[in-house]
Amino acid sequence: MSVKHLKTLGWYLFLTGIGYVFLFPLLFMLVSSLKPEQAIFADLYSIRAILPVGELSLDNYRQVFEKSNVSLYFWNSLFITVGTVIMGLFVNSLLAFTLSRMSWRGQKLVLAVVIALMIIPLEAIVVPLLLLASKLPSIGWEGGMLVLKSSWLNTLHVQMLPFVANSFFIFLFYQFFRDIPKDFDEAAELDGATPFQIYRHIIVPMSGPVFATVAILHFLLMWNQYIWPIMAVQGEDARPLMPGIQIFFGRQSSWGEIMAYASLVTLPVLAVFLMFQKKFVTSLAGAGIKG
Amino acid sequence: MADLKLTQVIKRFGDLETIHGIDLDIKDGEFVVFVGPSGCGKSTLLRMIAGLEEITDGDIHIDNECVTRVPASKRGVAMVFQSYALYPHMTVRENMGFGLKMAKVSKHEITRRVDEAAQILQLGPLLDRKPKALSGGQRQRVAIGRTIVRNPKVFLFDEPLSNLDAELRVKMRVEIAKLHGELRNTMIYVTHDQTEAMTLADKIVVLRSGNVEQVGSPLELYLNPANDFVAGFIGSPQMNFINCEVLAVTADMLRLRFPCGLETDMPAMTANVKAGDNLKLGIRPEHVLEDASGELVICVDVDVVEHLGGSTFVYADYAGDISMTLQVGGLSDINGKDKREISFNRHYCHLFNEAGKSIGLRKDALELKAAEKMLPMAG
Repeated sequence: MSVKHLKTLGWYLFLTGIGYVFLFPLLFMLVSSLKPEQAIFADLYSIRAILPVGELSLDNYRQVFEKSNVSLYFWNSLFITVGTVIMGLFVNSLLAFTLSRMSWRGQKLVLAVVIALMIIPLEAIVVPLLLLASKLPSIGWEGGMLVLKSSWLNTLHVQMLPFVANSFFIFLFYQFFRDIPKDFDEAAELDGATPFQIYRHIIVPMSGPVFATVAILHFLLMWNQYIWPIMAVQGEDARPLMPGIQIFFGRQSSWGEIMAYASLVTLPVLAVFLMFQKKFVTSLAGAGIKG
Repeated sequence: MADLKLTQVIKRFGDLETIHGIDLDIKDGEFVVFVGPSGCGKSTLLRMIAGLEEITDGDIHIDNECVTRVPASKRGVAMVFQSYALYPHMTVRENMGFGLKMAKVSKHEITRRVDEAAQILQLGPLLDRKPKALSGGQRQRVAIGRTIVRNPKVFLFDEPLSNLDAELRVKMRVEIAKLHGELRNTMIYVTHDQTEAMTLADKIVVLRSGNVEQVGSPLELYLNPANDFVAGFIGSPQMNFINCEVLAVTADMLRLRFPCGLETDMPAMTANVKAGDNLKLGIRPEHVLEDASGELVICVDVDVVEHLGGSTFVYADYAGDISMTLQVGGLSDINGKDKREISFNRHYCHLFNEAGKSIGLRKDALELKAAEKMLPMAG
């Protein structure tokens, strides 16, 4: 075997090792979710811990659905996530469009503010945000009637609206749009298109990769929301999946059931990622934010 | 179809003035070429006419209507971009019909007009392709087609051929000339390639640093350049310039001394010339003779000879540091590194004063008829 082959083999071994480290928790979760409690502990110290062997069943999943209101949480999470992502794609890309392709007074200041906002974490603003949400009135259904509520707390929209606009996503769109030649806008302008028509008919169709990237990142961000729903939602009605797992964990549950719950939470994210993986990777390379 | 009139058009970017008060009249159906070196403001001027660049001062009239503050889409102009700017996600048909779609023209009418334009440009089989499946020349034709369907008053071309290879460029140049012949619309074409300017234009506008240097027909510019810049820019290879000193001035004659000591008389308009002035004598490469048969004979050191088959270019040094180019028809027997005599006749000479402005030669005294005979060759 030549040195070149040895090098390649070495690389493969190294990468397989790394892959194993990253895959281990995921495999362990999925496999354990199918095993009874004793089997999980019996297999814990052998390779069987990550192999789907022994007595396998969907009992744990059944238990999760029986013991917890997981389907309601799931629909809540899905509604919050998909709704926010759709609104976010529109709002963030539109602002990025005006920042990158139009000129208006105060443009540079707004761009600077957007960039500056990227460094402020949610934890820093979560308390004032909670105070604000508790004071904002809203209209909602209660007992089949339309009622005026005195606060936004315990609603679905309190989990969506504060997260629609996101400075990082605006910046991603901005970076991508900035690299599209201005000739397209000018050609469309001569063709009689308004700025919004240029956005709608020219820029959006040309920006598939960045829309895919932002959609995935925003999906993950929203799907994994934890601190904010715990603070802003107390009741069952508007609770999403993530705080649900904490409550489920707090009750008397077996590890198999917890793993089943965790698998239910993880699978949609994995599915979304695999679906958009190719576009996602191209776009990350294109956006110049490798790693 | 429309007249176009520019009145004292000025463009400033902040404090920097790039277009310095340009006046221009373009007649209906004329093919006008803006030509000049990079950064002379020709594209900016075109974009101001298109409405893509704001006009700092002055007015633009299209068809006697002031369009200075009219948005680009309402001016009745269509533009072919250097990059083509074809929308990559749309088919050729959608690209061509986009302007009409924006103008809410009926689908039936869009199809009819796109098909009509496609026929003129032989784009029929390509209508359902996306731009990336087209060659450079085809993309160029689609970009032109997109402007035709809108039936504009004025066509604007911003260096449309600069992305094509040499062979295709010549082909497209002919197609554009044919198109103008068919449509007879007013067309404005920007290029830095003087060959394109000479071959396409009814009227050439030579620009330098945001100023118009000269406006005229290609032959006017070739035969009577207003200054040394135009003389050097129009014509390929570039005109040769030889510095010479004025020894004596009479009513209609200048006595000149060349760097190598040769003295000669040149019949010229002598009003603003005085003895001791340094002038530039210009002679085009195609008017230099490879032997001593002309009226003025000078001795040069041949540097490089390029045999192109149909003609031969000879690059030589005169008086040590003056580069001379000769264009000789057919094959020449001149060899590299030769020392030899070359010559030229007075009636092909141009004289420029120290500021670069042309000093008219008295052609009457220079066998005018002989010069006129040479006109077809010059073009």
